[in-house]
Amino acid sequence: MSIILDISKVDMVFPTPKGDFTALKGVDLQIKKGEFISLIGHSGCGKSTVLNIVACLHRATLGGVLLNNKEVTEPGPERAVVFQNHSLLPWLTAYQNIELAVKQVFKNKMSPAEMKEWIEHNLRLVHMDHAKDKRPDEISGGMKQRIGIARALAMKPEVLLMDEPFGALDALTRAHMQDSLMEIQQKLNNTVIMITHDVDEAVLLSDRIVMMTNGPAATIGEILDVNLPHPRNRLALAEDVEYNRLRSAVLTFLYEKQRKVEVIPTAESTKTTEKAGIKQNTSSVA
Amino acid sequence: MTAVISKKALGIAPMSNNKMIMSFISEKVQALILPMAGIFCFMLLWSLTASSIDTSLGKFPGPHAVATQVVNLIDEHNAERDKADVFYIRQDERNKVRMAKDPSYQPKVRIYTGKETFLDQILTSLVTVISGFLVAAVIAIPLGIAIGLSKTLNTAINPIIQIFKPVSPLAWLPIVTMVVSALYVSPDPMFAKSFITSLITVTLCSLWPMVINTSFGVVSMNQDWVNVSKVLSLPKHVHIQKIVLPASIPAIFTGMRMSLGIAWMVLIAAEMLSQSPGLGKFVWDEFQNGSSQSLSRIMTAVLTIGLIGYLLDRTMLQLQRILSWDKSSAQL
Ligand SMILES: Nc1ncnc2c1ncn2[C@@H]1O[C@H](COP(=O)(O)OP(=O)(O)O)[C@@H](O)[C@H]1O
Ligand SMILES: [Mg+2]
Repeated sequence: MSIILDISKVDMVFPTPKGDFTALKGVDLQIKKGEFISLIGHSGCGKSTVLNIVACLHRATLGGVLLNNKEVTEPGPERAVVFQNHSLLPWLTAYQNIELAVKQVFKNKMSPAEMKEWIEHNLRLVHMDHAKDKRPDEISGGMKQRIGIARALAMKPEVLLMDEPFGALDALTRAHMQDSLMEIQQKLNNTVIMITHDVDEAVLLSDRIVMMTNGPAATIGEILDVNLPHPRNRLALAEDVEYNRLRSAVLTFLYEKQRKVEVIPTAESTKTTEKAGIKQNTSSVA
Repeated sequence: MTAVISKKALGIAPMSNNKMIMSFISEKVQALILPMAGIFCFMLLWSLTASSIDTSLGKFPGPHAVATQVVNLIDEHNAERDKADVFYIRQDERNKVRMAKDPSYQPKVRIYTGKETFLDQILTSLVTVISGFLVAAVIAIPLGIAIGLSKTLNTAINPIIQIFKPVSPLAWLPIVTMVVSALYVSPDPMFAKSFITSLITVTLCSLWPMVINTSFGVVSMNQDWVNVSKVLSLPKHVHIQKIVLPASIPAIFTGMRMSLGIAWMVLIAAEMLSQSPGLGKFVWDEFQNGSSQSLSRIMTAVLTIGLIGYLLDRTMLQLQRILSWDKSSAQL
């Protein structure tokens, strides 16, 4: 299959008051059409930065991103993003949130009736047609994330970018969402880059798992091919030898090769570092 | 704010259904009874102190004196309206008689120029404050959005805002009066000069809180929404209309409520100072008048000013509840 997205030797240096901070160094990755890629790594290593560079919400200091062999320089709906915190517009209903996207992307290509049908089709795809007239603050976190995914899918993106889409959800809801995403992926066969720090999620969903080293100057450490047949079933896979081999390969990478120096792996301390990472992350974005 | 939070905290505490209904009722009762008790205590204290203060214009007016004046002022208003009616009827009759005698006669129609009553003054002040406020909003909201969106513009304009913001609009009053007299010259003016002067004064003081709050709302907009707009490649005008404006609506309303409160206070003072028609003039005239009723009439005006200020704020709040998506910011 052909390469659709080429992340080519990307460096990212953030100017900070304390001098330059090299977040990424030589990140190089080629993605084939229809591939599902997971980006995994410790908090703060630079996963979001990679995604933001692909979306052009950040510009790489060195290197660049090619989509269908053309360099991308501005954000666009062909690289739709699902953000971690749903980022639905709270003054619009679920339907209107998707409508805003559809109206912009298919301005002169769809009739109003076709648009309506397309919006409703995408709501059905994420099983949210019953909540189409609800506002974001009237629905649960998982439902909001579903709408966010529907909005991104409705743009018919060439590449779907997801930044820890299920990170803020409880374990049960997350499992539901993963199943839904697998079901959608079976139907649409999108090209997807998904950031996660959930090992099971990565193995369950991906065709390839891209593991990043710790920052600063983070880069791609290892790439793991996942050749499990589709459709995948989380219960059946729990016993699967290959699944467990992949799982422990990722765990080994994360907790032996790239173990965070200061982390003593008790539940408590992992949690606090994670929180600190997230805090830093949001404050740097804002 | 704190009251809201504590109520929510109460709601979270585990309670049986019955208890919850009871606490709901008692909350409602409290919301009604406590303010009533407060007002009652205030009235009591007021009448007690009032009767012990002697001024050169007689006793300080208590609640009773004020109540009497409310009736008086309404009666005076009705009497004045009756006079006007009589005047117009007589004028009509006179014209008809002249017309019958001489068909080529052009009937003269004069407008009744009686004394402005208390209710007239209230209306004048209300119209002035709302017009001035609307003019300010039309200028301030687009300006605030522009400043919020452009760092360059913000850096350029910020010093000007910071310097003019603390200036009491009353200090502007002489300048505004002179400029209006010099520039607003037309043989048949649509608005009185005094109205324009008061309006500009109100606009000047309403402007800053709205500009500052609007631009703050734009700057502190959730970055995710901006990113959504970028990914969709929304054109600038759609971005402003669909993302920026709704996102800053809560902050805009905060600014509007602040502005309207200040505007109402400043307007009364401006009317007193410049003798423009309105409640301020009413107070000043009564003060100059110095009759035995003056103090109680002024006291009535003071309470009216307070009540109207309160109602203006409530109206804005209601408007915010209807228009703003962020119901949590539309409390209190
Ligand atoms: N705008 C920015 N300015 C400065 N430093 C940044 C900025 N954005 C991210 N960083 C830094 O880059 C590193 C990677 O961040 P990020 O990509 O958000 O990590 P991840 O998504 O893997 O948790 C972090 O150390 C973070 O502090
Ligand atoms: Mg991140």
